[in-house]
Amino acid sequence: MVTRRDFAGGETPTWCTGCGNFAILNGIKMALAEQEIAPHEILLVTGIGCGSKLPHYMHVNGFHTLHGRPVAVATGVRLANHGLRVMVVHGDGDGYGEGLSHFLNAARRNLNIVDLVQDNRVYGLTRGQYSPTSERGKRTPTTPAGAIEWPVNPLALAITAGATFVSRGYSGELEHLVWLIGEALQHPGYALVDVLQPCVTWNRNYAYDFYRERVYKLEEDAAYDPRDRTAAWERAHEWDERIPIGIFYRGELKPTYEEQVAALVSSCLVDRPLDREWILHVEELMQTFF
Amino acid sequence: MAQRDLAIRIGGEAGMGLESSGAGFARALTRGGLYVFGLPDYYSRIRGGHNFYSIRVARHPLYTHAEPVHVLLALDRETIRRHVNHVVPGGAIIYDEKDGLPEGPRRADVGFCALPLSQLAEEKGGREVMRNTLALGVVAGLIGFDPQYMASVIRDNFARKGQAVVDANLRVVEAGVQAGCSFDGDFSFRMEAVPGAPARVMMNGTEAFALGALAGGCRFVAGYPMTPGSLALHWFARYADQYGVATKHAEDEIAAINMAIGAGLVGARALVPTSGGGFSLMVEALGMAGIAEIPLVVYEAQRPGPATGLATRNEQGDLMFALYASQGEFPRFILTPGTVEDCFRAGWQSFNLAEKHQTPAIILSDHYLAVAQRTLDVESIDFDAVTIERGELLTDQDLDAMEEPYRRFRVTASGISPRAVPGHPKAVFVTTANEHTERGAITEEPADRVAQTEKRLRKLKGMQQEIEGPFWYGPEEAELTFVCWGSTCGPLREAVDRLNAGRAGRANMLYFTALCPFPTAATAEALNRTRRTVAVECNATGQLESLLRMQTCWQVERSIRRYDGRPFTPEYILGKLEQAL
Repeated sequence: MVTRRDFAGGETPTWCTGCGNFAILNGIKMALAEQEIAPHEILLVTGIGCGSKLPHYMHVNGFHTLHGRPVAVATGVRLANHGLRVMVVHGDGDGYGEGLSHFLNAARRNLNIVDLVQDNRVYGLTRGQYSPTSERGKRTPTTPAGAIEWPVNPLALAITAGATFVSRGYSGELEHLVWLIGEALQHPGYALVDVLQPCVTWNRNYAYDFYRERVYKLEEDAAYDPRDRTAAWERAHEWDERIPIGIFYRGELKPTYEEQVAALVSSCLVDRPLDREWILHVEELMQTFF
Repeated sequence: MAQRDLAIRIGGEAGMGLESSGAGFARALTRGGLYVFGLPDYYSRIRGGHNFYSIRVARHPLYTHAEPVHVLLALDRETIRRHVNHVVPGGAIIYDEKDGLPEGPRRADVGFCALPLSQLAEEKGGREVMRNTLALGVVAGLIGFDPQYMASVIRDNFARKGQAVVDANLRVVEAGVQAGCSFDGDFSFRMEAVPGAPARVMMNGTEAFALGALAGGCRFVAGYPMTPGSLALHWFARYADQYGVATKHAEDEIAAINMAIGAGLVGARALVPTSGGGFSLMVEALGMAGIAEIPLVVYEAQRPGPATGLATRNEQGDLMFALYASQGEFPRFILTPGTVEDCFRAGWQSFNLAEKHQTPAIILSDHYLAVAQRTLDVESIDFDAVTIERGELLTDQDLDAMEEPYRRFRVTASGISPRAVPGHPKAVFVTTANEHTERGAITEEPADRVAQTEKRLRKLKGMQQEIEGPFWYGPEEAELTFVCWGSTCGPLREAVDRLNAGRAGRANMLYFTALCPFPTAATAEALNRTRRTVAVECNATGQLESLLRMQTCWQVERSIRRYDGRPFTPEYILGKLEQAL
């Protein structure tokens, strides 16, 4: 049996007191324990940002990569060893800014990963610049007169890209978040978990008070059917007054990318022997050059 | 007349199928017991323009193309206009009578042979598209090459299209051969088949590299199309299912290298084929492989830059870039294969080097080496020499027996830390592109930084011992020593032979097939044995020359550089040598 304590260890977090990342860290540990996934059975691939340091703060396999690239790295991991579970954990700047193309491509490929985005709508580690999900008009060191752009809508993008599991959690609703991550882990295919997360240092307008008043759970709306793509699209655009969390869209299952790659059908790539027999097998190709 | 070698050039517009026709004829010549060097020359466009395929053929191995042409097959007038002056006296120009000749004076020392190529192709084969095959049949007739070898290639290439297509092509060849045999001009160059010669293979540098890489256990390939690197991606995609290689055409080059690094982390031998522009996009991740100590092989087939540069042309302009690509300091290998045989070796060796030393290995090829086809003796592609050495990779048994907590970046005397891949309960660890402690935790402590930097750079000592070369070609003592790297060694080798044929002891050649870590001691020793050195490089600034100064304080006396986008030829080198001296 896997318990939350199996994941205890690592360094002391460098996050600010009150940071939403603490709840996300706990949520990941609890969800992994509930899903009976042991620390050596999963790899957390992270990008760069405060939240991407997360694997250092627990006992788990981690790969703390470059800004914007963890989804691409995770793609290689999954193709080389599809026996290893992979969860990508990164921020909104990483996932929806520098890594936007990788996000959309992973969704359309239906790569079998959980993509958890710590969405605090601001850059933390580089000190408070506006992010892809910052509201229009946000004043920051790089947008002193206010951001001119409209924000990215990650949920709508994921739906459009063909993702079959599109969800949003909130770090202030831990139990719900644990459930959501668990559902994402069980989903065979690309699963987006966008997590609303207050940044108490750089984005005080969107602290716990803001979300507490507005957040509601889609699961509590008996009329909401997450199989309905159009309804999901509409809810993905709901903001300001009321902010939905939960599973926006759970589409009909599609084959995952990995299961469609012929080279992966018989076994994981990394499990195949590299020996003299292999070299002789390749030597047969010399016939094609005569 | 005894002919040492003979060159055929077939030219026309893009879309005429010149490359496949040319390569098919080169294969026929190979099957006929002859050695060929085949080189496509094409523009970055799909239709129109001017493309040509050059075939040089001899009874001895060829390492280069050359400028003289004995038979020019002109499928349009532009071909005659551009190449007429390369045709040797006594050579022939075969053209379609419907195309006619370009305006202007006509050379009197060359045979012009107008044939109804299109008309005959349609009559005998039913389709004008068979004109190339017909024209090559004419060449076979003209040079006395037994057409049965063309027939064997046609049967192999067209079998899947059905017997009717095979038969039509065979009729077309026959008609061509008849026309060639009955050429009434003054053409005396011959290149007859050598029946009973040992069977030989024909391949280019891309194929040799890919074959070597596959034999060396390459299991993961990610790339993004860019000439000429994408040829390797195509090759792997073609054999991916049969040989169990995950081959991914990624969304961009940045994704491709990051995918390969992910695959490398978990233990797959991973390759990124690319060209200079793509490699430019990859350099941040290259540094990640350096600091996170993840084995990675980058195959960079150079083309002239900067930026888009000349997409389908040749240059050796990326040496300094490859040496210093990515910020910060970390060890890397740079292999610079010069021949097709070298490409095969670099293919499998690079994976051993990258994995044993847990760092990136870069192979710098170039357009010329990537696309030029050569006939090779079967033994020169040596599978018996292939080894798969994984270095200090911990097995499940090693990890089961491990008593202390696993330290991925343990400081060792060699600089190499025993490597586990994620998946074992006793080796649960974090890898990071940040500076880290032995356990993989982020650190900014000076002592940790120094320990890890020195650990990584200590690997250079072991890496240095892996480096072979530089290699000598030609007489031990010579008045002139040419110095080169990569594909330039092919044309230069023949230039050396020609100089020595004129006067024994005139020249030799020192060539590098690996430039990082730099073989300083061996190079200094070799250079000290020279009398006068001439660096020959396909770039404008003399990058090897600079590297020699930096590493050995050696200043070469003269330089021959080519940067017009074309590969060297022996004639070009010999012509420039006169000016350089």
